[in-house]
Amino acid sequence: MSTMMTAAAHAEMPAVLSVEGLTTSFLVDGGWRPVVRNISFDVMPGETVAIVGESGSGKSVTSLSIMRLLARDQSRVEGRVLVNGRDILALSERDMQAVRGNEVAMIFQEPMTSLNPIFTIGRQISEVLRRHKGMSKAQARAETIRMLDKVRIPNAGARFDEYPHQFSGGMRQRVMIAMALASRPNLLIADEPTTALDVTIQGQILDLIKELQEEEGMSVLFITHDMGVVAEIADRTIVMLRGDVVEQGQTADIFRRGQHSYTRELLAAVPKLGSMHGHAWPLRFPIGDIGSGKAEEPIEVANTVDTRKTPVLSVRNLVTRFPIRSGLLGRQTGAVHAVENISFDLFQGETLSIVGESGCGKSTTGRSITRLVEPKSGEVHLDGYNVLSLDQPGLRAMRRSVQMIFQDPFSSLNPRMTVGATIAEPYLKHRLGSGGEAQGKVADLLRKVGLAPEMTDRYPHEFSGGQRQRIAIARALALNPKVIVADESVSALDVSIKAQVCNLLMDLQEEFNLSFLFISHDMAVVERISHRVAVMYLGEIVEIGPRAAIFDNPQHDYTKKLMAAVPVPDPERRGLRRGTSIDELKSPVRPAGYEPPRREYREVTAGHFVQV
Amino acid sequence: MHIYIGKRLLVAIPTLLIVSIFVFSLQKLLPGDPILAMAGEERDPQVIEFLREKYRLNDPVVYQYGYWVANVLQGDFGVSLRTNQPVLELIGEKLPVTIQLALMSMIFAFVIGVPMGILAAVRKNTVIDYVANIVALSGLSIPNFWLGIMLILLVSVKLGWLPASGYESVFVDPLRSLETTFMPAFVLGTALAATLMRHTRSAMLGVMKADYIRTARAKGLSERVVILSHTFRNALLPIVTLSALLFGELLAGAVLTEQIFTIPGFGKLIVDAVFNRDYAVVQGVVLCTAVGFILMNLIADVLYVLLNPRMRASL
Repeated sequence: MSTMMTAAAHAEMPAVLSVEGLTTSFLVDGGWRPVVRNISFDVMPGETVAIVGESGSGKSVTSLSIMRLLARDQSRVEGRVLVNGRDILALSERDMQAVRGNEVAMIFQEPMTSLNPIFTIGRQISEVLRRHKGMSKAQARAETIRMLDKVRIPNAGARFDEYPHQFSGGMRQRVMIAMALASRPNLLIADEPTTALDVTIQGQILDLIKELQEEEGMSVLFITHDMGVVAEIADRTIVMLRGDVVEQGQTADIFRRGQHSYTRELLAAVPKLGSMHGHAWPLRFPIGDIGSGKAEEPIEVANTVDTRKTPVLSVRNLVTRFPIRSGLLGRQTGAVHAVENISFDLFQGETLSIVGESGCGKSTTGRSITRLVEPKSGEVHLDGYNVLSLDQPGLRAMRRSVQMIFQDPFSSLNPRMTVGATIAEPYLKHRLGSGGEAQGKVADLLRKVGLAPEMTDRYPHEFSGGQRQRIAIARALALNPKVIVADESVSALDVSIKAQVCNLLMDLQEEFNLSFLFISHDMAVVERISHRVAVMYLGEIVEIGPRAAIFDNPQHDYTKKLMAAVPVPDPERRGLRRGTSIDELKSPVRPAGYEPPRREYREVTAGHFVQV
Repeated sequence: MHIYIGKRLLVAIPTLLIVSIFVFSLQKLLPGDPILAMAGEERDPQVIEFLREKYRLNDPVVYQYGYWVANVLQGDFGVSLRTNQPVLELIGEKLPVTIQLALMSMIFAFVIGVPMGILAAVRKNTVIDYVANIVALSGLSIPNFWLGIMLILLVSVKLGWLPASGYESVFVDPLRSLETTFMPAFVLGTALAATLMRHTRSAMLGVMKADYIRTARAKGLSERVVILSHTFRNALLPIVTLSALLFGELLAGAVLTEQIFTIPGFGKLIVDAVFNRDYAVVQGVVLCTAVGFILMNLIADVLYVLLNPRMRASL
């Protein structure tokens, strides 16, 4: 029985959730500013409705308004929110407490921080049952263990008394789901429940929500920014833009015949896995404008790679391990084998992407090459420098050739420095010119990254996330580096902004013949901008080769699994199940004295190697 | 757990060694000679020489330190140069008095400071919060000795409710003991209560922003459970650490307060010893204080670990 049929069968029944003219305002500088404006929608029994939008669209505020979880003195909620026909906005706070976690339950984005660290997970789930169902401690314990079983946490009985930190992110989200479903709510609100999770874990959690929904017959309101996730889970979709609902309808209709220009633009900007079939070189993202919704034809990046010269970056047998100490004297009892015997080349003008899930060592690889962490052994040759044997002055000189861009544009810029000072700093510190020359350089760089030179006196908080990332890019370019290590540089950005920043990187590559070591977990973005791709797993490269070879002909089991897990924005995939295997990511922690086995690689086609 | 405590105790050894060297050298650097003070008015050179020999003050400084440490390790802190009473005996006499005072002021501090901090956090930016902050600020800025004197004037002289000075041991007359220590403990406790209130408030506010508090509310728990169970249990962690540090402040405060209320405690002992250049007593007292401070911190660390499951796992 598909969820769509269930929805149709219940069409005559009253809505579980009916939002009518909901307006939420926040107190800003003494005045009420609306952040959600007069929105209305219904969620039918057994139905899954997705609210999709970018940051600032008001999708999370909508969910928190329904739950009445916004700070009362800072926010005002108007309109009507009917749950099973009763207006919950009119309830007293005490009566509302009986609705929360009982009729309507909620799960959140951050499984790592959403559980109380000092209580056992068993206690935290039991609490719901004792609060709403009046169960005794023993009854609640038995029911909790049943719920833990239901969300497929292995060995549930034994894990009742464990604390959140003893669980991985995916397992914690299962605990959250068990907690939300414990009192058998009619409606589950899931606010970006898989955004913080690795892609293979995301697939498992989506499967779990779908299965439990069928078993329990509940409705789901799913908040997300990810069109791929929407396509996979939602019966109906609501598109939000800056506090307004711009469009709502059946998910398939929205995807195929989206009426509003923003919907089309959003869909156009979504990187799709497999869309690069037949393209030889990296391809820019089509950027539409919100007015017309029409996107211009994307332009391929000209061939910038010159493989005949010596590579600008050459890594051989790089090993980085972090010791783990314990016991009375702090003896080393093991090590995190973060990077284990990896080798690759990067040519001038080339983009090599390193992909993998959290803990696979991709970030450590970037940091080892720039010696922000000290590698244990191996060789790194970068633009003529033998990196691992450099002293401090040598290291400083070498860093002119390689610069980094980090993930979080909010914390990687000093809030007390103007943008101009931030960009000029490396230029001045390396004594490349006078203060006056630096000013000219800053104006030039700002223009290059698509910002106005007049912005030089502003502070980071005056910029949006995408603009800040452009500033970080400008800072990286200030030293005219040959190689840029981009560590998840576009991961924190909204889809449309992500596309723009990726295009900027490709523009810069064409203009300056830059080489990128592009570290990312986002397969679709990687497919778009890479010349070559390396897949990392547990500190090792399991597969490396030209982009087309990796994506069209993946050889390693892990590469295949990674690709299969990526949600694709195609509503045909709704109802897709990936199978219920709930394997966790393995850990690269090894006991002291562990000798990694010798690895052999097989050449599949020219330049395409896979670990055997 | 045992390994953890053992480790912490091992770390305490070098700390104590450094403290002992510091205390010992400080003595040597201080102006004034205790022998001259002991020898009396005549300053007979023979007497002085005899005394110097007796206390081994003619040996090299390093030797003197060695003798002292060796004796301390055998439980012999020497005798007071002034009264010839063994230092250990003196400490044994005075320490319980100050411990009683310290415990009572800690109780005062917690009973006043923590609930006030919680209330101020929950009612942030309301009249309650402002009043609590004003009270706390006053508690911090009013000096102990002034508050002490004012209390004596009001409660003892005017109203005659409590004795103005003196001390009675709990073991002799518990009620009388409470009467004599109530005011000094209150005076000592107020400053600590103010610090505790400020820290409780900010710790509570910090935790209240946490995602898991939103989760607790989303579960439909009552506000009381959310605040007292989910929030406070987490906010308690920094408070525990702070309390151990406050203990040092407490000892410093005790010196003054005991003078005002003429309580024969540790504070008074050390003041008298310093004025009399009573080397052995000062050394003994400071060492004892250091041990107490290290012990308090150890207890706080152990409590922290017990309260925090994340730490428990790493043991």
